[in-house]
Amino acid sequence: MNRFFDPSSKTLPVSRRRFVTGVTAGAVIAGLPAGKSSAAEVAGPLPQALRGNHFDLHINYLPVNFTGRARTAVAVNGSVPGPVLRWKEGDTVTLNVTNHLAHDTSIHWHGLILPSNMDGVPGLSFNGIRPGETFTYQFPVTQSGTYWYHSHSDFQEQIGLYGAIVIDPAAPDPVASDRDYVVLLSDWSDESPHDIYAKLKKEGHYYNRRRRTAGDLWDEIRHKGVAQTWRDRKMWNEMRMSDRDISDVTGYTYTYLMNGQTPDANWSALFKRGEKIRLRIINGAAMSIFDIRIPGLKMTVVASDGQNIEPVTVDEFRIGVAETYDVVVEPADDRAYTLFAQTIDRSGFARGTLTPHPDLRAEVPAMDYAPVLTHRDMGMDHTGHDMGGMAAMDHSSHNMGGMDHSGHDMGDMDHSAHDMRGMQGMDHSGHDSDMDHDQHASHHMAGRNSDLGRAGFGSNAPVKHHLSEYGPGVDMRAEMPANGLHDPGIGLRDHQTRYGRRVLTYGDIRNLTPTIDRREPEREIQLHLTGNMQRYMWSMDGIKFSDAEPLMLKYGERLRINLVNDTMMTHPIHLHGMWSELETGDPDFIPRKHTVLVQPGSTISYLVTADAYGRWAYHCHLLYHMPGMFREVRVV
Amino acid sequence: MKKILTLAVALASVSAQAQQEHGHHDHHSREPTSAMSNLEHAPNQPDHVMDHEVLLTKVIIDQLEVREHDGSALEGSLWFGGDLNKLWLKTEVERENGETENAELQALYSRAVAPYWDLQLGLRHDFKLEGGDSRNWATIGLNGLAPYFFEVDSALFLGEDGDSALRLEAEYELLLTQQWILSPEIEINFYGQNDPGTNTGSGLSDIEAGLRLRYEFTPQFAPYIGVNYEKKFGNTANFLRVEGEVISETTWVIGLHAWL
Repeated sequence: MNRFFDPSSKTLPVSRRRFVTGVTAGAVIAGLPAGKSSAAEVAGPLPQALRGNHFDLHINYLPVNFTGRARTAVAVNGSVPGPVLRWKEGDTVTLNVTNHLAHDTSIHWHGLILPSNMDGVPGLSFNGIRPGETFTYQFPVTQSGTYWYHSHSDFQEQIGLYGAIVIDPAAPDPVASDRDYVVLLSDWSDESPHDIYAKLKKEGHYYNRRRRTAGDLWDEIRHKGVAQTWRDRKMWNEMRMSDRDISDVTGYTYTYLMNGQTPDANWSALFKRGEKIRLRIINGAAMSIFDIRIPGLKMTVVASDGQNIEPVTVDEFRIGVAETYDVVVEPADDRAYTLFAQTIDRSGFARGTLTPHPDLRAEVPAMDYAPVLTHRDMGMDHTGHDMGGMAAMDHSSHNMGGMDHSGHDMGDMDHSAHDMRGMQGMDHSGHDSDMDHDQHASHHMAGRNSDLGRAGFGSNAPVKHHLSEYGPGVDMRAEMPANGLHDPGIGLRDHQTRYGRRVLTYGDIRNLTPTIDRREPEREIQLHLTGNMQRYMWSMDGIKFSDAEPLMLKYGERLRINLVNDTMMTHPIHLHGMWSELETGDPDFIPRKHTVLVQPGSTISYLVTADAYGRWAYHCHLLYHMPGMFREVRVV
Repeated sequence: MKKILTLAVALASVSAQAQQEHGHHDHHSREPTSAMSNLEHAPNQPDHVMDHEVLLTKVIIDQLEVREHDGSALEGSLWFGGDLNKLWLKTEVERENGETENAELQALYSRAVAPYWDLQLGLRHDFKLEGGDSRNWATIGLNGLAPYFFEVDSALFLGEDGDSALRLEAEYELLLTQQWILSPEIEINFYGQNDPGTNTGSGLSDIEAGLRLRYEFTPQFAPYIGVNYEKKFGNTANFLRVEGEVISETTWVIGLHAWL
């Protein structure tokens, strides 16, 4: 039986609320029976869980203090995060959202399949919610799983307007668990988001406190000699790029929160030894990508972006902004475990505790080394494709049945598909592999659209840079992008060899249930993620949102979107209204995602069925990239 | 020297204050302590998927310094605008022995023409100083970041009566640590004609080279110490020799680098 995240004991009257600071000792415990007092009363409230199909949500200012300084958040129903909304698949939900702010607001239901006028994007779905107004959202709930909601107005996501959505399936849940906790990660700054944005525009590396120093150079010279160091640095220097440019906004201004609690406040969840605990992990941060692990516990990933997947057991995984992962853990020992979420640039972490007893806590691990970008991340790799292929072979424990050419080894196939792409990007392609490529392509493409590459296996198309990518707003173009599918991501690639941790990659993910739309893609859109770090400009195909035409989709069509990341940052790309069916190598079990991480200098492709009329947002979910790296998708 | 000491004391006290604020938490903030400060600067217009371009203003005090021998200098700029189009104001003022040696102001339209380069067009005005004339120039310049991370500002000036001048400036930032930054820079001026009124001679006129070590209390507030070397060449040097002025000088400097 599922025991749900229902901290009703924490729903204190507003007047009694005390707010968490980074220096508060004493844990916030979830999972205590109702009525039993806990340390939570000392530390601050956890978001309520609201159930049913009728909700009144109030958006208002809320005094908070996460760092020792008094600030003001924008909160839903008086908590950051806002209440956990628990819905039931098959219900129609009605949500009256009242704006008590001095500015417009909105709520977007992230990952929900719903009519476009209920999607909550000002300017596309509706006109936003004016101060003093109430807007009523109403839509049928046609899916189950873990999702979240957040403001789509201004930079309100940065100042607290987000919360979790948990939808119980109509059919019995294939995931059995004894405890069920929401773990919502976010980043808080005492600065105004507008000031953060202005600082980035004025000095792109403002928050980067790990820039290359003379000491780093000296170390390299000592290890590699002057000549080799000069060669290694040459391209970076000529391109005026920094290999330390991992996150735009860092722990220099951010305090990272888990369910609204600082690392010191230590959000905690109770379990009994031997129980199955389901953690619904949501990245609700504005700008922070997290790497999650629980030292001492294996995590079995059972859902990605709300959709059930074939379980994969890992030690660590990366969660992009706006993604969700459900994992199940089974602690065998009567001890506490730290739920550790370090940021991709290792400038800070969010932290919580799984514990059999409120007084027990576990050691907080040191953060891992900070990653440094390589030529591969510039899309100039000569070996990355090999690695991708190897990864596929090592990790593909999946049954590859359902392929016409079953004599083929799956790893091999990925490998050659990958090679091919790399080769096409090369200027000096005097290689024989072009022939392999042709053979390979003709081998399993019998259909009309054979040049597109089969559904489930990703794009075969050569990478082409549009003319619009050659303007002042674009500082890099990936000439030989790697395939991002089997890439755990920067800073994680050597965790298997270095620490013996198995890290999840997209290549590991298979949907639990068979692919619904079995059609081959009719066409393919290649979209480039572009930017200029120095000017802090972001765009797609070199064109920022306000200058761009909408992407037009024909209702009912099945198409492929092939994303090419022409930057050195990892971008979480979110398509509203329709699933992004990530091509992970198995056409029969294509996982459905709403947000897809695109690795630096890499490509990734997914299929989309344009089954939702209307105007939809399609954008990078890093908040300060959004003003430029954004497209309207119009389904007509 | 007295001036240097005064400025040193002033800087030290400001630095101490900045450090105090900084001390509690690893933040750079100099914000008011108001609990609403994190809500500042939200736009007032209805927000439609943030499709408006943000227009920003940046004020840069590149160098505000006092120099040995009763000298001082200001090099600063201000820009206003969006991603691609900006209005720039640039100023340079130098004083020595209590007298303003030169003072100029440029007003430029700046357009991004390449990922790292802005083309800058406008006017430069040299203020009338004691015993000199004021001059106006049309300016065309290229400002940006060259390979190997050299910040470059170069400009061609065309004056009245066919006068011309060329200025090349380059600066580099070497991070000793995240906060200690050593910054060498060089400025070279050429003139197309002799102008005794402003003590400038045709050809290579002067070179100024500096080496400054700053400490970034925050990225926006960094006091520095350094050394500045100036040498006049050719006819410019000749004009100055006639007036009995030095043509080559090395001075210690202390100052402030800041922006907001």
